Amino acid sequence: MSALDPRDELAQRLGLSEVPPVRFASPDDLRRRLAEHDYLSSAAISSVTFLADRLAKPVLVEGPAGTGKTALAKAVAESLGARLIRLQCYEGLDESKALYEWNYRKQLLRIQAGRPEGSAEVWAELEEDIFSEEFLLARPLLEAITATDPVVLLIDEVDRVELETEALLLEILSEYQVSIPELGTLHARQIPMVFLTSNNTRELSEALKRRCLYLHVGYPDVDRERDIIMSRVPGIATALAEQIAHVVRTLRMMDLKKSPSVSETLDWARTLVILGREEIGEDVVAETLHILLKYQTDIEKATREIFGRVS
Amino acid sequence: MLDLLSSFIGELRTVGLPVSTSETVDAARALESIDVADQSLFRAALCATLVKSGDHMSAFDAAFDVFFATRWVHDDLSSRTGNDAATALETPSPDGASPSPQRSGREFAEQLLGALRDRNVRALRVGAAEAVARYAGIEPGRPVGGAYYLYRTIRQLELDEMERRLIELSLDGASDAMSERLARDDAHARIEEFTSLVETEIRERLVDDRGAAAMAQSVRETLPEDIDVMHANREEMAQLERTLRPLSRKLAVRLARRRRHRHRGPLDLRRTVHSSLSTGGVPIDVRFKPPRPAKPEIVVIADVSGSVASFARFTLHLVHAISSQFSQVRSFVFVDGLDEVTHLFAETDDPAEAVERISAEADVVAVDGHSDYGRALSTFVERHASELTRRTTVLILGDARNNYHPAQAHVLERVRAAVKAVYWLNPEPRSYWNSGDSILNLYAPHCDDVLECRTLRQLEAFVGGLN
Repeated sequence: MSALDPRDELAQRLGLSEVPPVRFASPDDLRRRLAEHDYLSSAAISSVTFLADRLAKPVLVEGPAGTGKTALAKAVAESLGARLIRLQCYEGLDESKALYEWNYRKQLLRIQAGRPEGSAEVWAELEEDIFSEEFLLARPLLEAITATDPVVLLIDEVDRVELETEALLLEILSEYQVSIPELGTLHARQIPMVFLTSNNTRELSEALKRRCLYLHVGYPDVDRERDIIMSRVPGIATALAEQIAHVVRTLRMMDLKKSPSVSETLDWARTLVILGREEIGEDVVAETLHILLKYQTDIEKATREIFGRVS
Repeated sequence: MLDLLSSFIGELRTVGLPVSTSETVDAARALESIDVADQSLFRAALCATLVKSGDHMSAFDAAFDVFFATRWVHDDLSSRTGNDAATALETPSPDGASPSPQRSGREFAEQLLGALRDRNVRALRVGAAEAVARYAGIEPGRPVGGAYYLYRTIRQLELDEMERRLIELSLDGASDAMSERLARDDAHARIEEFTSLVETEIRERLVDDRGAAAMAQSVRETLPEDIDVMHANREEMAQLERTLRPLSRKLAVRLARRRRHRHRGPLDLRRTVHSSLSTGGVPIDVRFKPPRPAKPEIVVIADVSGSVASFARFTLHLVHAISSQFSQVRSFVFVDGLDEVTHLFAETDDPAEAVERISAEADVVAVDGHSDYGRALSTFVERHASELTRRTTVLILGDARNNYHPAQAHVLERVRAAVKAVYWLNPEPRSYWNSGDSILNLYAPHCDDVLECRTLRQLEAFVGGLN
């Protein structure tokens, strides 16, 4: 007996009339389309994102800050022409901010507006009425589930919520549905792509990890970093981009408090272009190191190691 | 295929990766729905479904290479006969790295250098294969690990010399410190890349020779959190250092959160009465004061004699990295004399640097440089007993190998009477305790707990539970 294709099975469970076609033909197709939107993916990134679509599973993207985790979700949304629904996580995030909330003001108005002679029959009607979708305020997760247009759901920095709050996400991640006690279960009307990002400030629960494909995004290698600089910083010379990538790699090999991220590399590249530099010399690096490194101790250490002198 | 997959997962579990049943099912379904002939997709499918932590990637890679890689390479070459991969092997290509056995080692080295300079991946791969054929001297059936052959190959290739020449080539006359440093790092990265190609080549040959399961056993890597601190080699040590920083950050976050959320404080009468006014004086909403975080004071007393120094370094490092979670952390180190090193941590915000300075600056030898716990503890009590309070938690780090000096356990008893708790962390396996000159059993009655603490996992669990 052959198991059902994951997409077929999910579509059946959600009660969709037809199985939505896969969005990308192959990892290469995905990579090409992301590149059109200035996102250069590695083999791992394009393969896992492709699999997420193919298997209809969420992706948990983990890695140091500033390596393009959020940008990946944005680029995927752009390349699909889909709306990006973003849930920014923070400590203290709760159901009413993440999932849904009853619009009690509107409910009150409704109760006051239509109160004729207070009979039991009317009350039953009223109750059914005020707990309908009309009085529901959709928060990002519910919005993604109920959307009919193409959407990409991004749950950003999921490691910031408490362990208990993670449980809110589980139903959506595995079943693509939201249960509302007064209303019943709302199923997704499509199979949305879901990205979760984490800066790894704490261990996520097994339950959450189990439901996701895992993608670790590290710092890019020299070649990819150079290409990223070239695609993101218009008008930069190849030689300069190459040099920048090399300097950044050397910095990342040092034992620093905070290694320069890709976004900081891009800031640096833009600065050098604005300064009109064609190549990097010691003086430029010394003057602009603070763009790459954000701790005084790191700057001192890097200066000492690169130039062999005290700043 | 399913058999291979389940033995692969068995291997991952043996290494210590937590692969659940549902993840196994996910992996199998993922393989069903993709084109398994695409190697990188195949690898990504297994990796994304089975590995859920960045720290476990290298363990996965090692196992994957043993179980699956060879099959692909061979398929790859045979299926593409006639196109570029095959020509690179058979005819001298413009890449300049054709393997003809007649060439001298010197010629081969020159061509390899050229390939390294141009970062010609295909030529490097062919070069790696030739290097292994030339120098590794693999003997079929001989049960040694890949590391032995790797060492032989690397040594005869004189990669150090090659690295030096690469630096020269890329410097091309420039002489400022920065260019030099960049060239050095670049050359190093290229050599590393090539070394890993050689490693792959050796592994593939060994797998062909001995089979995947046997090979997996010999390349098995310990996960960073399970490395035995006392017996870590240099590479494992570096890995531990890398793991330690994110780990201490995580630990700090966890401790802080727990302090904030653990329980509510005492009843807040004023606010309860105030809020009861809106319900006609009935206290429906009971208000509580926010909990007062009880931050413990920590005193670490660490044996830094040769036998346990690396363990003490790690623990000090970790405790100080999360020192914001304690109201005070004081550190003492000893061999047979005792010295306070708290100020070293205060002077720099990099615990690693402070730990480095301890070995250089702390005055820990009073007599002959052999651990003397009795003497160290009594020195501690003489000098610092008056500073201990009921909120102090004392951690003693060491193997309690006293070199047959007097134990002076009554001193520890005095310490215990003055403080909140005394914990003893021993980096030796439990079965070694109290053998030879280890006298832990004399000190144990005066400790709240005596714990075996050989890996980061154990250390993290202990520190995470401190309060």
